[in-house]
Amino acid sequence: MMAEAGLAALWLAAAMALLQLAGGLSLIGDGKLASLIRPAAMVQGALCVFSFCALIWLFWITDLSVLLVASNSHIDKPAIFKIAGTWGNHEGSMLLWVTVMALSGAAIALLEKRIDAKTLGATLGVQAVVSLGFFAFLLFSSNPFERLVPAPAQGAGLNPLLQDIGLAFHPPTLYIGYVGLSVAFSFAVGALLTRQVGPAFARAMRPWVLGAWIFLTLGITAGSYWAYYELGWGGWWFWDPVENASLMPWLAATALLHSVSVLATRNALRAWTIMLALVAFAMSMAGTFLVRSGVLTSVHSFAVDPERGAFILTLMLVYTGAAFVLFALRIGTVRQGEPFQLVSREGAIVANNIFLSVILGIVLIGTLYPLAAEALGDKISVGPPYFNKATVPIALLLMLALLLGPMLRWRRDEIARHKYWLVGFFAIILWSGVAVWQFAPGVGIFPTLGIAFALALAVASFVPLKGRNLLRTPLPIYGMVIAHFGLAVSVFGMASESGFSKESLTALSPGQSAQVAGWTVKLDDVNPAIGDNWVGIQGEMLANRGGKTFALHPQSRQFFQPEMQTSEAALLTRWNGQLYAVLAQPDERTGKWQVRLWWKPYVTFIWFGGALVALGGLIALLGRMLRRPRKPAKNNWASE
Amino acid sequence: MTRPWLLWLPLAVIAFIGGLAIYGLLVPKDELVRSAMVGQKLPQFALAPATAGVQGLASSDMADGKPRLLNIFASWCIPCKAEAPHLETLKKAGVEIDAIAVRDRPEDVAVFLDQFGNPFRRIGADNEMAVQLMLGSSGVPETYVIGSDGKISYQHIGDIREEHVPMLLEKLAEAK
Repeated sequence: MMAEAGLAALWLAAAMALLQLAGGLSLIGDGKLASLIRPAAMVQGALCVFSFCALIWLFWITDLSVLLVASNSHIDKPAIFKIAGTWGNHEGSMLLWVTVMALSGAAIALLEKRIDAKTLGATLGVQAVVSLGFFAFLLFSSNPFERLVPAPAQGAGLNPLLQDIGLAFHPPTLYIGYVGLSVAFSFAVGALLTRQVGPAFARAMRPWVLGAWIFLTLGITAGSYWAYYELGWGGWWFWDPVENASLMPWLAATALLHSVSVLATRNALRAWTIMLALVAFAMSMAGTFLVRSGVLTSVHSFAVDPERGAFILTLMLVYTGAAFVLFALRIGTVRQGEPFQLVSREGAIVANNIFLSVILGIVLIGTLYPLAAEALGDKISVGPPYFNKATVPIALLLMLALLLGPMLRWRRDEIARHKYWLVGFFAIILWSGVAVWQFAPGVGIFPTLGIAFALALAVASFVPLKGRNLLRTPLPIYGMVIAHFGLAVSVFGMASESGFSKESLTALSPGQSAQVAGWTVKLDDVNPAIGDNWVGIQGEMLANRGGKTFALHPQSRQFFQPEMQTSEAALLTRWNGQLYAVLAQPDERTGKWQVRLWWKPYVTFIWFGGALVALGGLIALLGRMLRRPRKPAKNNWASE
Repeated sequence: MTRPWLLWLPLAVIAFIGGLAIYGLLVPKDELVRSAMVGQKLPQFALAPATAGVQGLASSDMADGKPRLLNIFASWCIPCKAEAPHLETLKKAGVEIDAIAVRDRPEDVAVFLDQFGNPFRRIGADNEMAVQLMLGSSGVPETYVIGSDGKISYQHIGDIREEHVPMLLEKLAEAK
């Protein structure tokens, strides 16, 4: 019964989207139906939430007469994973997507008062078009409520790699981010349609970009940590196509976030901001396509289905294709924004945008190159050597621009005004570069520069607070400071991990020890271990450094439903790094156990920094939302 | 906005990505890794016998001007068991077959030969997969046709099935 109710709610929600679209279209003519737009968006949001709750309920009670539950859940699965299983599959995650999208539409309908009624109507109309595509996708090719007759007794279970608390957060966070970018896309197309590309539009779009960006930052950070401890390879970024697919929208969103500020504050960079909004959504659709289609081989291939990939691809091409045609035809008629000098806050943000776009281009080319090469009859895989060599120098340039950018004045500034700061930053870079070379002479140029620039940026990020009354400083400024500082922290972790990690791969009999980076790790014993739905072995290890001893318990697990083997790394976190231990299979000939140990100095800074970046975004968002809406300024839509 | 054609650039990029993606969806994926050594001279190597009672294999053993097959197998490999009878058929047809056992133990190779027959003239042990990699082989079983000129003329990936036998005989005749 619940399944049918959920499905009915979905159909009704789709009908609401159709009404919303009709209202939007009527704006071209007499606008008679325009009063339908807002209520339709709100009801659509409520119906989708109901539908999503219905699916969570079905997973919670493990209703095996529902095909999706039967093929992704199991009665023996721990409760938290039963719920997470709701979106740990294609249909459920698409329902989540549609629900978040409908909720965003409802929120715009309810709260947005800054832009004129026509642009708002156009925006919600565009949003209805986008939603309808996804409703069609759900209802025609991915119905989450399909029944299974007869119902099985047990259910197939969830991929064990996904039976992890990380799953409860990683995909939904990214999806919410993608959906946020779809809202930015709707705003951009709406503004293009009514030609209202100005500060008011930018201020209306900004919270959505900021929100999307926060979720993408969190999603990528969490995904990186999840891969780090769950896959047992000791790496935190693999340049896997699907990781790239999540990084590309983030890069576009980061650029957009900065350019939309310029548009909101200074009424410049109009065409560029619109284009970035379209690109950001195009990248998130492309990301979803890459995850779902299996066109590129990836660790995420558990989610593959070419037919659905084709559907997403069609949606992506239709939406972004139409939007870019509109862009090319229309943007010429949008008036040029305000001028600015090269040395100015705007100039620094343009530099930020250029560097981010170049990195985006490099990642895009590297991700698609194997496919293009295959089309030309060649077989090639593009790996970390390309990505690292090509992106790191640009990222370092980006950091250099970031040292100075936030302290520059809007419109025009003089470098000479900041010469003491510049000399100071240069001294920090030089000093820390030399210090790194003293400490570890053989270390590469990238880790050295990474650490040096990160230290300089850590200082530089607080400079915008100088001379301000800290109690009256607006929250968005604090947000910026924290986010930039978080970037410095994260880069420090990345540079340190890539430059100074120590590894030891040994075979140990119980009682034997191995050394890594000053740690002595003793394998005491290997014992059987059991969990709810797996059995395995667990190493009893003792790690000792400087007289302190810690227990480590790496596991190798064998799951039954479905059958699969995973290795659970044991992590010992100290403030200045992590000891990472993996227990592999026994060597049959000698009876020894393969043990892999890493010492990764400051590796946790990578994710801690990522979380700080997201926190900065959150503070900025709160600041924007709490600030009283400006009085309907007289120049609000004076832009046209 | 001085150059209007620039405005169409993003659309062109999206169209290009779309084209690639459509290609990726339509063209079935070919996961086989083909050896770059086909058409090249057989690399130099010398391997110890894979088990007691067989002879080891060196590249010079295959330089007698006769076309032959070089089979790469392992006792732990299930498709290798499946192809054993067809290797036997090839041997009965007068083909000389040499073999390389990859990452194997002498006692396991002996059991394998006992159970599934020994159609091989010589069997070298390649414990580190070094020779396998030199040949450009990425898995077991694979079978190479070595021509009378000492060059690798053909690579067969996967197990040899009944229908492959006449094809391999033809390749051997061509490699003369």
